[in-house]
Amino acid sequence: MQNALNLLSRGKYVLLLAIFLGLMIWRDGFTVLIRDWEFAVALIAEGTLTGLMYSLIALGFVLIYKSTDAINFAQGEFVMIAAIVVAGMLDWLGLPLWLAILIGFAFMIAFGMGLERFVLRPMIGMPIVAIIMATIGLAFFLRGFGPLVFGAAPTTINLPIPDSPIILGPLYLKPIGLVGAAASLLFLAGFGWFFLKTRKGVAMRAVADSHQVSMAMGINVERYFAIAWVMAGIVALMGGLLWGNMVGVDTQLALVGLKVFPVVILGGLDSVNGVILGGIIVGVTEAMTSGFIDPVVGGGMKDFAPYVLMIIMLMIRPYGIFGRRLIERI
Amino acid sequence: MFHRECGYYKTSYEADQAVLPIPVAKQGIGLFAIVFLVLIPLHSMITGIEYYVSLVSLVGITVVGALGLNILLGYTGQISIGHAAFMSVGAYTAANLAVKFGLPFYITLPLGGVMAALIGIVVGFPSLRVKGLYLAIATIAAQFIIEWVINHTPAISGGVAAAIEVERPDLFGWKLDAAVELYYFVIFFAIIAIIAATNLVRSRIGRAFIAIRDQDIAAEIIGISVFRYKLYAFAISSFFAGCTGVLYTYYLGIATYEQFQIVVSIDFLAMCIIGGLGSIIGSILGAFFITLLPTVIRIVMETIGPWFMDPSDLPTVIGQLRLIFFGGLIMLFLILEPEGLNRMWLNIRNYFRVWPFSY
Repeated sequence: MQNALNLLSRGKYVLLLAIFLGLMIWRDGFTVLIRDWEFAVALIAEGTLTGLMYSLIALGFVLIYKSTDAINFAQGEFVMIAAIVVAGMLDWLGLPLWLAILIGFAFMIAFGMGLERFVLRPMIGMPIVAIIMATIGLAFFLRGFGPLVFGAAPTTINLPIPDSPIILGPLYLKPIGLVGAAASLLFLAGFGWFFLKTRKGVAMRAVADSHQVSMAMGINVERYFAIAWVMAGIVALMGGLLWGNMVGVDTQLALVGLKVFPVVILGGLDSVNGVILGGIIVGVTEAMTSGFIDPVVGGGMKDFAPYVLMIIMLMIRPYGIFGRRLIERI
Repeated sequence: MFHRECGYYKTSYEADQAVLPIPVAKQGIGLFAIVFLVLIPLHSMITGIEYYVSLVSLVGITVVGALGLNILLGYTGQISIGHAAFMSVGAYTAANLAVKFGLPFYITLPLGGVMAALIGIVVGFPSLRVKGLYLAIATIAAQFIIEWVINHTPAISGGVAAAIEVERPDLFGWKLDAAVELYYFVIFFAIIAIIAATNLVRSRIGRAFIAIRDQDIAAEIIGISVFRYKLYAFAISSFFAGCTGVLYTYYLGIATYEQFQIVVSIDFLAMCIIGGLGSIIGSILGAFFITLLPTVIRIVMETIGPWFMDPSDLPTVIGQLRLIFFGGLIMLFLILEPEGLNRMWLNIRNYFRVWPFSY
């Protein structure tokens, strides 16, 4: 009986897989993949690198959700404001890169702490929809504030990384992509270690588990909330440097924030490991869609293919691959 | 002083249930009716200035959408960041019906609404399983997918530019193309929407919505079919959104997806939050507030801006200030007055209820 039930609950995965395989065979997908295997491999490699850079941005979201239960719809704008501050320092004041990054670092720390103190702390205990709306408001605020204060002209951050691609067989790898992926993995590993091993990390996990119990154990919950927002700001600074180098710095940079949602839903909202997997899935899906499907349907599908995947995930497993399943009580 | 409630004895159930229970409320509504139905159009007809009429027409269109979203967000507690997509569904449905089949607006308007409601039900299905954040993200996805489908289906979007030009509404051979005529056209539907929403939330359906918002599991236990009523909420709300889209189409004379991007969804969410969640008056006030905000910022900046900046920078700065005020006001209202303008109005009213003898 139990086995039969298990099989039934797996049924939806089998069904989805069957639909996918059927579509692939019907539209000659496999033939195309085998014929263009070099193209496919190149797309997968490119998608993985881009995906890891998405992970870096999604990491900020997960860090906040994991420790404060708040949902940050402004993560893309965090990235944007960090990049705009650094670019502003470079262009405006003509500072050297290291000093500009240092100022950006200080700005993001102050910004994260101020945000927690003046916006998020008064909102503790409000329904989740209110916090979503507040961060959407914050997103708009930053989109206006950044260009107004630090200059609206599109610019780029030139990191000392060569432009010429590295060629490995069929692969053309951009050095910035490799650096970005490496930085993402480093950050993710660093935060994994932080949560597992350090005293502060353990305290943050305790805060995430239950605010009241952590308070009773003598943890200063509000301080850890501030730390979480500051960490998200620093991660955003890293993302802003890399993405600012790749796509240029203006308000459009905030649009990378839209990729955060598929990544975190696929990986699991509160899982640092899930962010890596989710990022890679989103990156590869995007690359494959733009390579194989967009020419057929006339373009633009790349931008929402990850969302389609995400909706399927919401239907069958809303808490994600690695996420914690929540049980609802009255 | 004016809003006195003593001395009016309700002697029947009808009087107790009335929408406007005391004479001063009726007089107030009458005053607004005179201002909006007589004075504003009269001003335009006498002076020939169409500016104020067109401004209030835009507000009237947004009132319909804000009411719809407030039914979903404020009364049922389900978030939707895809409402602009429902509007585009209504707009393109009506535009296609009007252009290809030559149907008049009194047929295309309800059909556009119904089509949006059907799509809304499909989008609402995940709400049975997911809520809060997950629903927000699912509706964002719906926004992108609907936008893409409309853009990439020439049969719907009418070709490369994805825009369909529509004739002005035609009332039994009388073409409504002057600003004042369009104004009455829009205000008529806005009033219908206000009356419909007011009565809806007092009804059995409205009470079920409120029960689901307050505690969905408890609502299910007292015998409300959460499944059915959540879908009702999505259907009704997207019907209003679809009608908004149709009104935009007739008002602007063109159906274009650029009018219905995700920013517009967020505009409408902001109207509900700033106006006040779960209140009809709040939706109307919010629609006024958000629609007039850019105009006010523009006028103020054009007056004081040249004192301290280069006039050629003004348009960019005004755009940025608009974003700052828009985002900042959402945050301020959520932190300081989560019940929005509606609560402010109630506070003022309650203060004057017993004024000047506040004890």
